[in-house]
Amino acid sequence: MMLRPPLRRKIISAVFVGFCAASVAVALVPLAFILYFVLRQGVSSLDLAFFTQTPKPVGESGGGMANAMVGTLIMIGMAALLAVPVGIISGVYVSEYRRSKLSAAVRFSADVLNGVPSIVIGIFAYSLAVLPFGGFSALAGALALGVMMIPIILRTTEELLALVPSSLREASLALGASRARTVFQVILPAALPGILTGILVALARIAGETAPLLFTSFNNRYWSTRLDKPMASLTVQVYTYAISPYDDWHRQAWAGATVLIGSILIFSLLARLAARRLERMHLS
Amino acid sequence: MTATLTPGKTLPRSLVPLSEVRNHRSQTPAVPAPPKVQLRKMSFHYPGRLALQGIDLSVPERSVVAIIGPSGCGKSTLIKSINRIAETSTPIRVEGEVLFDGHDVYSPGTDLVDLRRRIGMLFQKPNPFPKSIFDNVAFGPRIHGTHRRSEIEGVVEKSLRQAALWDEVQDRLHTSAMALSGGQQQRLCLARVLAVNPEVILMDEPCSALDPISTARIEELIETLRERYTVLIVTHNMQQAARVSDRTAFLLNGSLVEVDTTEKIFTTPGDRRTEDYITGRFG
Repeated sequence: MMLRPPLRRKIISAVFVGFCAASVAVALVPLAFILYFVLRQGVSSLDLAFFTQTPKPVGESGGGMANAMVGTLIMIGMAALLAVPVGIISGVYVSEYRRSKLSAAVRFSADVLNGVPSIVIGIFAYSLAVLPFGGFSALAGALALGVMMIPIILRTTEELLALVPSSLREASLALGASRARTVFQVILPAALPGILTGILVALARIAGETAPLLFTSFNNRYWSTRLDKPMASLTVQVYTYAISPYDDWHRQAWAGATVLIGSILIFSLLARLAARRLERMHLS
Repeated sequence: MTATLTPGKTLPRSLVPLSEVRNHRSQTPAVPAPPKVQLRKMSFHYPGRLALQGIDLSVPERSVVAIIGPSGCGKSTLIKSINRIAETSTPIRVEGEVLFDGHDVYSPGTDLVDLRRRIGMLFQKPNPFPKSIFDNVAFGPRIHGTHRRSEIEGVVEKSLRQAALWDEVQDRLHTSAMALSGGQQQRLCLARVLAVNPEVILMDEPCSALDPISTARIEELIETLRERYTVLIVTHNMQQAARVSDRTAFLLNGSLVEVDTTEKIFTTPGDRRTEDYITGRFG
């Protein structure tokens, strides 16, 4: 009898559990709705042509977004080529020289940059890589996406390096390894699984960006892999089709959105799997 | 076993059975060799704190010197000052001299890479790299310029044998070192140190995280290491100090109270505080 909690405590506990459950529901409902609507509208429009053909001229129905899918892949690939080295190396700097003034400045700028609306980053890339060369280009698009990735990778790298036990650093230094060797051959490899996950998460995030591409890589209805010319991307293509007056284009926009969401989902899953595997290799 | 006691002096009620006190090998060379490591009036400051004060300590070549004392007395700082690893985490200031083969390691222009290659260190907690067993041992030789595969393989095998680990790991050299037991990890760390061919080995409570059997194995290893290396070992365990060392230094509150042959320290210590400590009256 003595051990039974008083009624008041039971009620309070129930109220809080209910509150938590409600919060979870509120958080998940929008995601469920998005998935439901996109899949319902999009899956029916997916066919082989969608993955293999380029857009048909206005008025003709059918066609696909093959060029946009390839365009997105090319641009996020190039963005990664820019952002991964810059992000990791500056992350290493900030983590190694934790107390320096420059580190504090870099950390602060990274946080600000992370919060800058993506359209503003688009304008930045526009003035840097579109205006001077007199035209939209895939490179400008990749630049905008890369600039968005840098702060994410930088902060992830820094945080994960801080988690590496200092005993590893001591062990390496005590063997006569220089600081650079210690960082690049001991500390960075130890943090690698986490950093890789961070990179994949950043990639998944920028793959879904439209605003920075609108006036950098613009769009292209034709098959093009030239980096100095406008290039199609899934997001801009979805946007263009979604605001068009044609039913067939609306259908294709839903299909495009489905592909986008599906690939980001698969990507995130792969990221988790890869990280888990790497970590297991480290631990056993 | 045959602790010769000066008549008239009472034997302190030592916690350590006399049978465990190591016979001091009475090797008295005609000309005393210069000490391998020597601290002269050495004081060590952390920011806002004096950790060691006026330490005078000589470590003869190819001997084992144990450093004992209560927690926080500066034991770890003392050995970490010798390979200058203490300064990697915080700014420090050193007065006096820390001589290694007669060279002051704190003199400007000291090559830290060379210093730390010649003075290896084993830490309190085994700290293998999250790499394979092979790569752990090969790390040192590689950074010091050995790249020929066959040569590295030779060094890895030799070092693992010296650390008495070869038989346990020879068929899984390329699996992760993190899967080894704590005792095996510590022996791997020893192999990693031996692979760079050091002259002095510093050990910072190398057995404090290990079970008694693993501890015994490390102690056996120290027994073989003394033939070729100079060993400084910090330990909380007085029985261990008595078992493995030739000389013992007792440190208290950052000062060196007494240093003498292990036999003398554990039977007829010269200082009241040493006696109190080894008989378990404090610490």
